[in-house]
Amino acid sequence: MTIDEKQQKIIGEFQALSDWQERYKHIIKLGQSLEPLEEKHRVEENLVRGCQSQVWLTTELDEDNRVVFRADSDAAITKGLVALMVRFYSGEDPDTILTTSPQFIKKIGMQEHLSPTRSNGLASMIKQMKIYAMAYKSKLQNS
Amino acid sequence: MAETVANISTVDFDKIRKDFPVLDQQVNGRPLVYLDNGASSQMPVQVADRIDHYHRREHSNVHRGIHTLSQKATDAFEETRKKVRDFIGAGSENEIIYTTGTTDSINLVANSFGKLYFKEGDQIILTEMEHHANIVPWQMIAEQTGAEIKVIPVDDNGDLDMKAYKSLLSEKTKMVAVVHVSNALGTVNPVKEITDLAHNSGAAVLVDGAQAVPHQPVDVQEIGCDFYAFSAHKMCGPTGFGILYGKKEYLDAMPPYRGGGDMIDKVSFEETTYNVAPFKFEAGTPPIAAGIGLGAAIDYLENIGMDVIAEKEAELVNYAVEELQKIDGLRMIGTPRTRASVASFVFDEIHASDMGTILDKRGIAVRTGHHCAQPILRRFNVPATTRASLSFYNTKEDIDRLVDGINYVKSFFE
Repeated sequence: MTIDEKQQKIIGEFQALSDWQERYKHIIKLGQSLEPLEEKHRVEENLVRGCQSQVWLTTELDEDNRVVFRADSDAAITKGLVALMVRFYSGEDPDTILTTSPQFIKKIGMQEHLSPTRSNGLASMIKQMKIYAMAYKSKLQNS
Repeated sequence: MAETVANISTVDFDKIRKDFPVLDQQVNGRPLVYLDNGASSQMPVQVADRIDHYHRREHSNVHRGIHTLSQKATDAFEETRKKVRDFIGAGSENEIIYTTGTTDSINLVANSFGKLYFKEGDQIILTEMEHHANIVPWQMIAEQTGAEIKVIPVDDNGDLDMKAYKSLLSEKTKMVAVVHVSNALGTVNPVKEITDLAHNSGAAVLVDGAQAVPHQPVDVQEIGCDFYAFSAHKMCGPTGFGILYGKKEYLDAMPPYRGGGDMIDKVSFEETTYNVAPFKFEAGTPPIAAGIGLGAAIDYLENIGMDVIAEKEAELVNYAVEELQKIDGLRMIGTPRTRASVASFVFDEIHASDMGTILDKRGIAVRTGHHCAQPILRRFNVPATTRASLSFYNTKEDIDRLVDGINYVKSFFE
């Protein structure tokens, strides 16, 4: 599945949900089904700085030079949003991550979580994912 | 000054609430319940109109022009200084310094007082429940001067450990900087007793009154503190304006904090001499409209009466605590002896940011997070709390809506 197809699939998933309650319940469910982050990764250095809830993000490059993200949060809604971001960017190559923005966030009615007043870490997490992608990109170019 | 009414049952709070048009709106399809007054209070039309009138009819720079308009602006702006003096019981309007807010007021004292009096090995006493604005400026000046910071611990209820405070005081103590009302817990601290003890040790006292002045009568001479800081926007006034009260003997001795226009006496390239207090601390063109707005806010609050406001808010906060404690799984953070206008709580199973997000969907505005007071949250071993902070224009219905909202959030996450 291309990243654009992933985007469309997420939007489609949420289109079926009629009100904010259903959308948020779905978000929370996505968070609950996120693969748990091993305790060793839930450390200070993997913390994405956010004001209200904590988000841990860790990453590696697989054998096909695709970026794999793993993440977690101590808040349920943030964790659901984090799960969506992991699903969206994980398995993509660094260039795709750098050139594709998560347009779906607005389309599924979650744009308020990108506002700086929320400070819930989603905006910081997206930025951190792109920074990792950039680091991998330069690493691959130099190797 | 306006007369105050002794009995709150005769005060028409429904009419008062109508002075705040911002409260009369729908948020996410429901009537707004505004319980984030600790972050910023709302502005009554009387204050907004006064600011508007200034912009339309009186605007000019202050303290500079010989022309009529400038004198009009200056008179209105300086009138606030006298109103503040009377409002907090200061001895003279020259002890009232205009700042941009509580944070700015504390930075002024830390820098100016600190540079003059702090030396290697001196001690600054803070409390564990301080807002970052009453921690960081002291850390910065401590680093520059070699002074060290000591912290009064807080007990499990959210009250200061006064015994520990007494044992921290010594001849090394140069400053005790303490919050009057904690923004995170609602604790009202015994600032008079704290001040008396500090003075007996020869230390000066700064009180952060940001969360106190809007909610209860404050008399700085009765407290006896040397400095008292607060913000206009938490007391029905505009943002960007605040007050530092300072005792004359300190203000006369302290050097200016910022250089520029208005704070000078004579300037040449060889030497500059400074204006007297309060003006030597007020460099540059101030936020004039905001200053006039604070004056109008004080008129508004005094017209209701600070004792009436305190009584009304005590009734509301007691009701809030009582109702909140009935909710299964809710744990209050801070159960102090005396509480003002703030109720902070957590659930073990629901993160505060989730709580705040869903409450907002129900039109309920609360603050969630660390409330810029990370040390005290660490003390209670919680990363974040949900905080409802009240004002006199809130109602019991607002609190009922909050309780209803919290129960809804609980069912949402079950």
